[in-house]
This record gives sequence, structure tokens and C-alpha cells, in this order.
Amino acid sequence: MAKPEIDSVTGVETTGHEWDGIKELNKPLPKWWLWVLYASIIWSVAYWIAMPSWPLIADYTRGVLGYSQRTVVAKSLEDARAAQSRFLDRIAAADLAGIKADPELLQFSLAGGAAAFGDNCAPCHGRGAQGAIGYPNLNDDVWLWGGTLDDIHKTLNVGIRSGHPDTRDNAMPAFGRDQILEPAQISDVTDYVLSLSGGEANAEAAARGKEIFAEQCAACHGEDGKGNIELGSPNLTDGLWLYGGSRNEIADSIRNSRAGVMPAWEGRLSPETIKQLAVFVHSLGGGQ
Amino acid sequence: MKSNTQAIAWGAFSDILALAAAIGCIMLGLLFAVAGRDEAIAFHGWVFAAAAAIAAVYLFKYTFESSETSDETGYFDGPVRVATIATVFWGVVGFLVGDLIAWQLAYPVLNFDLPWTSFARLRPVHTSAVIFAFGGNALLATSFYVVQRTCRARLAGRWSPWFVIWGYQLFLVLAASGYVLGVTQSKEYAEPEWYVDLWLTLVWVVYLLVFLGTLARRKEPHIYVANWFYLAFIVTVAMLHLVNNTALPVSFLGAKSYVVFGGVQDAMTQWWYGHNAVGFFLTAGFLGMMYYFVPKRAERPVYSYRLSIVHFWSLIFLYIWAGPHHLHYTALPDWAQTLGMTFSVMLWMPSWGGMINGLMTLSGAWDKLRTDPVIRMLVVSVAFYGMSTFEGPLMSVKAVNSLSHYTDWTIGHVHSGALGWVGFVSFGAVYCLVPWLWHRKGLYSQRLVEWHFWVSTLGILLYITSMWVSGILQGLMWRAYDSLGFLEYSFVETVEAMHPFYIIRAIGGLLFVIGSLLMAWNIWRTVRGDEPVDMKDQPRIAAAPELRGSSGAALPAAAE
Repeated sequence: MAKPEIDSVTGVETTGHEWDGIKELNKPLPKWWLWVLYASIIWSVAYWIAMPSWPLIADYTRGVLGYSQRTVVAKSLEDARAAQSRFLDRIAAADLAGIKADPELLQFSLAGGAAAFGDNCAPCHGRGAQGAIGYPNLNDDVWLWGGTLDDIHKTLNVGIRSGHPDTRDNAMPAFGRDQILEPAQISDVTDYVLSLSGGEANAEAAARGKEIFAEQCAACHGEDGKGNIELGSPNLTDGLWLYGGSRNEIADSIRNSRAGVMPAWEGRLSPETIKQLAVFVHSLGGGQ
Repeated sequence: MKSNTQAIAWGAFSDILALAAAIGCIMLGLLFAVAGRDEAIAFHGWVFAAAAAIAAVYLFKYTFESSETSDETGYFDGPVRVATIATVFWGVVGFLVGDLIAWQLAYPVLNFDLPWTSFARLRPVHTSAVIFAFGGNALLATSFYVVQRTCRARLAGRWSPWFVIWGYQLFLVLAASGYVLGVTQSKEYAEPEWYVDLWLTLVWVVYLLVFLGTLARRKEPHIYVANWFYLAFIVTVAMLHLVNNTALPVSFLGAKSYVVFGGVQDAMTQWWYGHNAVGFFLTAGFLGMMYYFVPKRAERPVYSYRLSIVHFWSLIFLYIWAGPHHLHYTALPDWAQTLGMTFSVMLWMPSWGGMINGLMTLSGAWDKLRTDPVIRMLVVSVAFYGMSTFEGPLMSVKAVNSLSHYTDWTIGHVHSGALGWVGFVSFGAVYCLVPWLWHRKGLYSQRLVEWHFWVSTLGILLYITSMWVSGILQGLMWRAYDSLGFLEYSFVETVEAMHPFYIIRAIGGLLFVIGSLLMAWNIWRTVRGDEPVDMKDQPRIAAAPELRGSSGAALPAAAE
């Protein structure tokens, strides 16, 4: 073979190969590159000795440090539980009023309730518990199923139309869809319902609607339309509407009924967490 | 050497064989179209039959009506041209869909409440379009171009190269339309259902045979390093595809199938596949591209032959182990996580070997970065490659991963590799290839390449910096506890915190799309044969080989 060709720019010899005009320099491996490669290999071997690494027939090399991801997770869960147990044990033993009365437990419950609320309740009720169409605002003092600590606690546990055996449940008839009332009658009742909270309504129609209301609606919503917490039937006189208070929205509720759902949290969250949530929601502003 | 008559007889035989295969495919397509158990597979049957029918008509005309005898002596560049155009086309499509879903993340209303335009269906359209359609076509085009030049041999096969290119486009159409219609086997980057997988397998085996056949008839004593990388890419992707897509169809005529693996074994197989799709599709394949186009464009020898050998074999050996780092802190056994992490760290230097060889090839020619935006694109792609292949091992370390995993940091990492490395090296290769393939004196406009470079670079920087910030913010918010041991932030709050960064990311993506449209325009004008507007600024190497003068700028006319 002839003398190796020297690249004139770098002064380095080429390998003598050429492909479509491309040549290669005969440079050694960069030293730093080789040493870092060796270092990473040595580090890896050391890591294998220290940690679980190579699979064997029925086991694997455990590593001299005895690390196990499961043990670490179990330990950190245990530590977290231990750090909170000072409060959690007392919350488990105390009743709701007792928790509310104890400043330390109250502070803990408000923090824990807020955290649980953010991940479990906020998607429907909103981050500020302000509610949305179909999802009640929890900051005001309007409560479908009661706003005492115990009422809220029960609602949290059993949910609403949740499938829980003790779930809170009621059913408003779909007066239009099931042809219980004529469209004209629904229109009259709508006027009456609007008039209950001082809304704009046709007085004549409202008068006709009042009779139908007494017959069809008063059993649950009360003669005066103020609702009944025992039955979960809303107050129609307060001007606050879960599904909107426009004529169309009210008429739609009468025609097709409404049946919102809230999950039962019993069994999904710990009893202590549900207690904290009850205290948290109660303290939002409307607790009774 | 075969005699001339023998060659003609072989040609006629393969024409008839190709025609018969096309007719067979029509029948198969019609079977699915008529007897398919669900709408999706019936629709795909029609698409398949239509594609086969077009092929059959073309083959029939070619075989029985064409009087001209084909010249089979020179390089076989028709398929390369088609794949080059397809690269640009799918690139624009893939980037557009990507930017749409980036805006969807910032403004969910852009899902339009329709199943076909929902994020869930468009996301695989984006990933498949950029990886397999844009990247895949760039690899097909360049591998077919490079293997011929560096072997001084015509591509093996008469119809096979065409089958590979068009068969691959059919695969892409079947895959993407399936996603939009809701057909998926729910494996990331391997979403197509069993029948599309089988079709790809066939295309891929023919691709391998064409590539090997061309290597076998080479007139060079040695196989150039680019071809090692291309071959590693083709062989390994075949293996990954076959293993990860092992599935049982519910019915021969239905789209649905079930993957044979379950639980953590399925997860491990998936990420063995997923990570090596990165390693062998997006790294090895594109390193092959880099090893041809960087020295060619820079007109300098490759920096170190030895480094290319050592980093090739170490890369190939180490990459295949790194998959488990996608499953840190999951049900995957500790030992597998350890191996995934350590092999990823050991992979750092082998990856950087490619970067060193790419960058140092420029030694003695650094001034070209100032004057030639194409070489600048290629060099910046190598720089992004170096950055992502440092970031990758870093993120595979369990302590880092516990912060970065499941956050946008991962998305940013992927895109610095995808936009910076894969995107730019492909753009650079396309800008080189088009004048060479269409016998032009240069690109229509080098200034547009400058614009493409700067607009896209700005886009990439906006993309990856916003994802670093949002990813680390997200990770820190997820793990923040208050003094009583409660989570500081709800998940919804962490999502809200991402909103401004999602907008910045989408703007970065938009710039990248604009850059790709500039490229499409420039390529279109070049292919059409428009006179270059800034020929005097273009390097000699920009011209097709037969139009290059011996020195200085490209000659105005053909030198032959």
C-alpha cells in the first residue's frame, strides 16, 4: 500500500478509504471521552454491587445496601402516618363538635380538609367551593340536605343518588316528559315559581299556577315553596338556583326534573379525612 | 454478469410477479372491504384495494403498453425523490397537528367536542406523523441515496424499492386514518392494529432485503459507517416491531386485537420497544444520515474512524438495555430499574461519540457555518443531539427521575431531540438532496433557508425552555407538603399553573410550523426548476454532482 494520505488542513493521516468523496481521519479516541466512558462503567458496576441489579434464576442480586423500593415506600407512608397520628387519633375519637371546639384539631382539620377538597371535591364544586350549574355553592347558607356539621358529614359519607345503601335520594317527577302536566300548566307553574322569589311573572298565570303547585309540588317543596331539608327539596323562594333561575331553565327543570349525583366517600376516604372535610366545608361560611 | 437477454427476461418476470402481487392485494382489500366486521376495517379494506388497484394499473401499462426499455444502469433515484417529497409533506402535516394539540392543551375548547378531533386521537396522529412519516421517509430517502453512493452500486431490485416507498406511505395512511377513527391498540408509538402491523412488517422486510442486496453488490471494499447505522436501524426496528406488536386478533376480519403480554411484562415490553424506537429509529438511523451529509456538505473528512467504530458498537450494545428507565418507581422490579438506569448512564459517552465525530468533522471548515445555513442546520442538529443525549442519562437517574417523571420536562426533552436533532438533521439532508436529485444548480433560495433556520431555532428554544420551567414547577408542586403533612397543591392547581407555559410552547411550535412551510415553498420552487435567486451565495457543493465546477462557486450550466 502506498504511503498514507495526509489531510492538509489538520495534518492528520487518513485511513485511505474513500466513499463518494468522503474520507476518514485516523485520529485516536479523545482521551477525555474514553475516561468518562470508563468512569461511567465503573460507577455502574459499583451501583450494581450496592443495589438490587442482576436477575438470577429465581431471585436477583440484592445489593449490599439492602435497598428495596417497597420497603422505602412502606416506611415513608408509615412515617407520614406517624407524624399525623397525634392529630388523627384524637380526630377519630372526637365528635364533630369536639373537633370544632379544639383549636389544634380545628386547624389540622381545616388544612387536611382543604387538601382533600382540592383533589376530590373541587372538580365539581370548584376550587373555591363556589359551585357551578348543577353543583351547589358550599360557601352560602343554602343547603339541600342540611348545613349542620352532622348533616354535611352524612352527605359526605353516603353521597346523593350514589348507590350507597343509605344514600340521600329523592326524585322529582318529570312533569312534562312523563305527561303529568300540560305544557300550558307547566308555563303557569313556572310563572308561580318565578313569583315566589319576586321574579318577573304574569300575575294571572301565576294565580293559575298556584293551584297546580298546591296539588303537585307543595308536598315536597311546602305550601310556601320554602322546601324541606328532610326531603332534600330546595327552597324556591330564596332566589338562588342550582340549575339556573331564568324562565326557560325553571320550565326545563319542571318538564324534565333534575337529579344530580354526588359520590359516597365512605370507603373511599378514611373516616378521619371525611370528618376533616365536614369541618372544612362547614367552616366555609354557611355552616349551621 | 448476466447477458442482456437474460436481464430482459428477468425484468419481464418481475413485472409479471409485481402485477400478480398487486392483483392479489386488490382481492385481499376487497375481502376486508366487503366482509369486514367493523366500519374501520372495511374502510381500510377499500383504501388498501384502491392503492393496490392504482399500482396494478401502473404496472399493467408499464409491462404491456410502454415501448421504452428502462435504463437500469445508473443510480435508482425515483424512489428517493418520492420519499424526499413525502418527508416534506408529512413533516408539515405532523408539525401542524402537533401545534394544534399544543393549543388544545392550553385551550381545551379546541377539541371541538368531536371524537375525531379530540386530543386523544390526534396525539398519536402527531407522534406517528413526525416520527414514522416525516422521520421514516427522511430515513428511507437518505438511506437509499447514501447506500447507492457509498457502495457505488444501483439499488437492488426492480420494483422492490418502489414497493418499499409506496407501501410505507400506505402504512402511514392506514395508521393515521385508523387513529382518527378510533382504531388503536393503545401502545404508545405502536398504536396501529394487527393488520396494519402485518403490512408494515412486509414493507420492512423488503426494505431490509433491498438494503442488504445493495450492500452485497457494492464496488467499494469497505462498508461506510453511515450504512452500519442504517443497517442497525433497519434490523433492530424489525425486531422491536415484531415483539412489541405480538397480538391476537379477535377475528380475522375485525380491527380489534389483544396484546399477548399483560401487566408489568407488557409495560416492560412496551418501553423496551419505546426506548429503542428512540435509540434505533431516531438515533441510529439519523446518525447514519449525519455521517453522510455532514462530511459531504462540509467537504471534510470524518473526524475519527476509530471513534466511529467504538461509539457504534457501544451505542448498539448499550441502548437496548435502557428501556426500564421509563418505568422508575413503578411495579417494575428494582433490579430492572437499576439496570435501566445504569445502562442509560453508560450510554452517555457512546452517544456523544456521534456528536464529537459530527462537530469535529467541521474542523478546518468552521467558517462555513457563517456562509452556509444548510451546514449550520446540520451542525446545530448535532449540538441538540449532544444536549438531549446528556439530558437523557441525567433524567434516567432515579433521584432526578422522581422529580421529572410524568412532568412536561419529559416532553421538553423529547422535543429538544425531535425538533432540534431529528428535525434539523433531516431538513439539512433534504436541502442537500433536492438539488442533487433534481439536477439543479442549487436551492431556489438560500436566504429562505436562513429564515427557516432562525425561525425554527427560536421556536425550539421557546418550546424546550417553557417545558423545562413548567416541568420542574409541576414536579415541585406535586411533591410540596405543608407543615402538617398535607399536599400543598391540588392537581387542578398544578394544571392551572401550566397554562402560561402551554401557550409559550404552542407559540414555539407555531414558529417551527412556519419554518417548515418556508422549507416546503423553497423545495417546491427548487423541484419546479426555478432559477436560484442567490446562486452566488451558495457553496459549490449545493449543486448536483454533474453541475459542480472543479472549484469555487457552482458553474452556471451543466459541466458535462
